[in-house]
Amino acid sequence: MKADEVPQDPSKTHAGIRKLLYAVDERGEYGGVKSAGWDVENYVTLAAVDELNRQCEDALARARAGETSPLEYHMYHRRMDLATLSATTGIWAWRVKRHFKPSVFARLNERMLARYAFAMGVASDELRQLPPANV
Amino acid sequence: MFDASAPFQHRQSAHCESGVVSNLLTHRGLPMSEAMAFGISASLTFAYMPMIKMAGMPVIAYRMFPGSIIRGVEKRLKMKWERRQFSDPMAGAAALNAHVAAGRPVGLQTCIYWLPYFPEEMRFHFNSHNIVVYGREGEDYLISDPVFEETTRCDGASLNRARFAKGDMQAKGLLYYPAEIPSEIDYERVIKSAIRWNYKTMNGPVPIAGIRGIRFLGRNIVKVSKQANAEKYLPLYLGHIVRMQEEIGTGGAGFRFLYASFLQEAGKLLNNEAMKQASTAFTDAGDEWRRFALRATKMCRGREKMDVDVLEAQLNRVADREQAMWAMLRGL
Repeated sequence: MKADEVPQDPSKTHAGIRKLLYAVDERGEYGGVKSAGWDVENYVTLAAVDELNRQCEDALARARAGETSPLEYHMYHRRMDLATLSATTGIWAWRVKRHFKPSVFARLNERMLARYAFAMGVASDELRQLPPANV
Repeated sequence: MFDASAPFQHRQSAHCESGVVSNLLTHRGLPMSEAMAFGISASLTFAYMPMIKMAGMPVIAYRMFPGSIIRGVEKRLKMKWERRQFSDPMAGAAALNAHVAAGRPVGLQTCIYWLPYFPEEMRFHFNSHNIVVYGREGEDYLISDPVFEETTRCDGASLNRARFAKGDMQAKGLLYYPAEIPSEIDYERVIKSAIRWNYKTMNGPVPIAGIRGIRFLGRNIVKVSKQANAEKYLPLYLGHIVRMQEEIGTGGAGFRFLYASFLQEAGKLLNNEAMKQASTAFTDAGDEWRRFALRATKMCRGREKMDVDVLEAQLNRVADREQAMWAMLRGL
């Protein structure tokens, strides 16, 4: 890549931060060039974020309908998936999945809830709640 | 000469680990560019790893596992890192404070999600982000995060949270700094042995690694396009590949430009024509990677007809270029 070909597309995903890329100048010498972003990278990142948001909203809708526990919504909301939540809490994935059942979740003891709350960086009480419907 | 009282110099880098390593070594009196640190650690690779998942998709790695730059530099330079992990977060914080009080900049392994200075858009659960702490002012630690343009700050509670986040590749508070550096370095030996090592990893017999791995990925994309859920999954999968290649601090084209920069610097240092030519050839390979990313993304966006055979052909072109480049470095 030539230094003057380093993309400078303003990108939401960069949040104003310029990343360093390596490129050659007109004499073929390598050096670091700051990039405001690349359209391609911006698109794929936003697509991945959209997918996460879709899963999050889907979980929220199901939690409201009583088909899953608020835990699943909070997990996606914290940009986690089952594997990450299981790894960060040290709770086996099958148990986490079981805790997605509203009836099981309602009976969870404080200690278990606190483990989830700590891993997600929220208060235990918050885990039991869903955001108000109008937000 | 090494001057312990000299202020720590923050240099922005493409990648966190090579940036921290080169900045710490430079501070310790061994001037080193990011590209050189990356090159002599022989951390360039390509691997398609279906057994390790990230966001439910196979990991596609363009560099060796986290920690390999730190260890690779140690092995080839015959230097020594002082490395400590902690089971108790309080002990980890106390050790950090002791180093800060002694005025010694140290590298830390952290989880990006808990670092408050990261913008919301970039925060995700990734446990192997390397930063340098070089001081403290009140409650805030002074941070040199190599992927940022300027130095930044982080409060103690968040920093400790980031150091002791649990999960895959957890840091356990890993703290490191150069303890011993040899007074003389035989760069000819170091660089050549690193390139030879990398030659082997890229030209190995394993079908999912090295140049064969690049071709494997091409075939895999075609295979995925025949799955029942391809219409939904394929664009996500392609996006995932492009993100692994470009987004996660690679210096462009999955570390290919960074490595080409290393080859150029090495070629000049040792006055070696083969390395200089290989650098140019590897830049071409990097450009082909960027073309792949552009094509794949266009297809995902519907600006070009989805055609997996075109993508496979493009990845084969990448593999051809990389193969040609390594042939130039054969028998070094």
